[in-house]
Amino acid sequence: MTFDVARIRADFPILQREINGHPLVYLDSANTSQKPRQVLEAMRLHNERHNGNVSRSVHTLGTEATTAYEEARAKVAAFINAGTPDEIVFTKNSTEALNLVAHSAGQYLALKPGDEIVISEMEHHSNIVPWQLLCERTGATLRWFGITDDGRLDESSLAELINERTRLVSLVHMSNTLGTINDLSRIVARSREVGALVTLDCSQSVPHLPVDVRGLGVDFIAFTGHKMLGPTGIGVLWGRFELLAKMPPFLGGGSMIETVTMAGTTYAAPPARFEAGTPPIAEAIGLGAAVDYLNELGMAEVHQHEQDITAYALKALADVPGVRIFGPATPEGRGGTVSFAVDGVHPHDVGQVLDALGVEVRVGHHCAKPTCVRFGVPAMTRASFYLYTTTDEIDALARGLDQVRKVFG
Amino acid sequence: MMLDALYQEIILDHYKHPHGRGLRDPYDGEAHHVNPTCGDEITVRVPSDFSDISYDGLGCSISQASASVMHELLIGKSAGEIAGIHEAFVELMQGRGQVEPDEDVLGDAIAFAGVSKFPARVKCALLPWMAFKDAAARAGVDVGASPEVKA
Repeated sequence: MTFDVARIRADFPILQREINGHPLVYLDSANTSQKPRQVLEAMRLHNERHNGNVSRSVHTLGTEATTAYEEARAKVAAFINAGTPDEIVFTKNSTEALNLVAHSAGQYLALKPGDEIVISEMEHHSNIVPWQLLCERTGATLRWFGITDDGRLDESSLAELINERTRLVSLVHMSNTLGTINDLSRIVARSREVGALVTLDCSQSVPHLPVDVRGLGVDFIAFTGHKMLGPTGIGVLWGRFELLAKMPPFLGGGSMIETVTMAGTTYAAPPARFEAGTPPIAEAIGLGAAVDYLNELGMAEVHQHEQDITAYALKALADVPGVRIFGPATPEGRGGTVSFAVDGVHPHDVGQVLDALGVEVRVGHHCAKPTCVRFGVPAMTRASFYLYTTTDEIDALARGLDQVRKVFG
Repeated sequence: MMLDALYQEIILDHYKHPHGRGLRDPYDGEAHHVNPTCGDEITVRVPSDFSDISYDGLGCSISQASASVMHELLIGKSAGEIAGIHEAFVELMQGRGQVEPDEDVLGDAIAFAGVSKFPARVKCALLPWMAFKDAAARAGVDVGASPEVKA
């Protein structure tokens, strides 16, 4: 099957919209992706025909809802090549998944002063703050990898940074700001050598390229539904089952228990142990439909399309006078997220002028302030692509940047 | 284009040629304010008689032009006059484009009327004004209670 962008775009009703009198040019998929009809329809159908609470009802609707919810879990497991659906914990988003690891794995490891946790300067705030909080609670020390000038993880001090005191390493798979796809093989190997657990923030990678958790050789990954054609409110933590089975709960409440007495509680096995309360049922089903949609296209094909668009965009942006790109300058080892500066114009002003032309980009610090600081800027403008992005849209961005330079020239 | 309402010539002029920029001595109160959603920041210093209003910051054209206009408008005025202007500016910015600004009170700041139609940018325009109010309070001068700023 050839990758037919026009046919794909026809599945996304919002792409027909006009913004400020111009056709919508949506270049903010790293922030949140748009949703195809198939996902919206699956959620509508669930709510109209099959709505009931999961894992507790004997009636038909409850059974149908439970079956659909668990089918979604199995689809997600297969999508990332997990060993079993029981390794998939549904959360609210990536942030909650990472906080879950910080709490439950942190407690399981019984961290104490002298222990070290290693992250990087390239992280989203959601992979920084939970570890800072964990260090505050336990007295452990937070350390981090720097970033090279061309936007890659600086591994020059790997052997010292990850050492026998390191208990946990948590890194971003693909940067939400620089677009860098990190080759983590050396870091994972070193972490194994010293017996540290490894978590990956895959929020930007799972939606855009084939991810195989067993191939990565890590312990946990986190990602979120709304960046991969699914709805908001549903995220995923994948963890190796034997680790999840040893970890204490994160949130307490309904569904996560084995038995409760007034004197004490025993906990359910994973994944239920980590899913306290009624979960986002329709959202999980929507995520399952998104996985079906992506599988139909093929993740290798999705990735190839984005590589082509990224090569085109890097070239187009390099041709706009006064534009400086942050991160890798060629498509090798990077994904379809390109941040840049327009000389002498603040990103908020860039974004405002582009919006007036229907071009939707993200401006600001992208919840990655340390990355911005590393490159000496308070904020960046970011264009990010997905399976529905066209070269015409990149041309519209370049034309918009010409307009920006006219307004502020 | 809709943008003309936002990027008035006056605003672009103040942005490109800011008045009174730079932190100066002497001063009695200083405040540093940050816009947590976009990272814009500003530091404002004032002596208690407002004979100078000095500032320095990083940010978009709206926040930086607003600081420049504020400097021009408030410098050397009494606390009472400042309170009136401050209140009028906050009211204009929160007016969602429905408030008719009084040029006698607001001077160049009337150019920000268009900004109030862009809810995401209102906080940019208000950032220096809120930092100023804080700096004044730290210098021991109350310039009036502005209504709470809604994001």
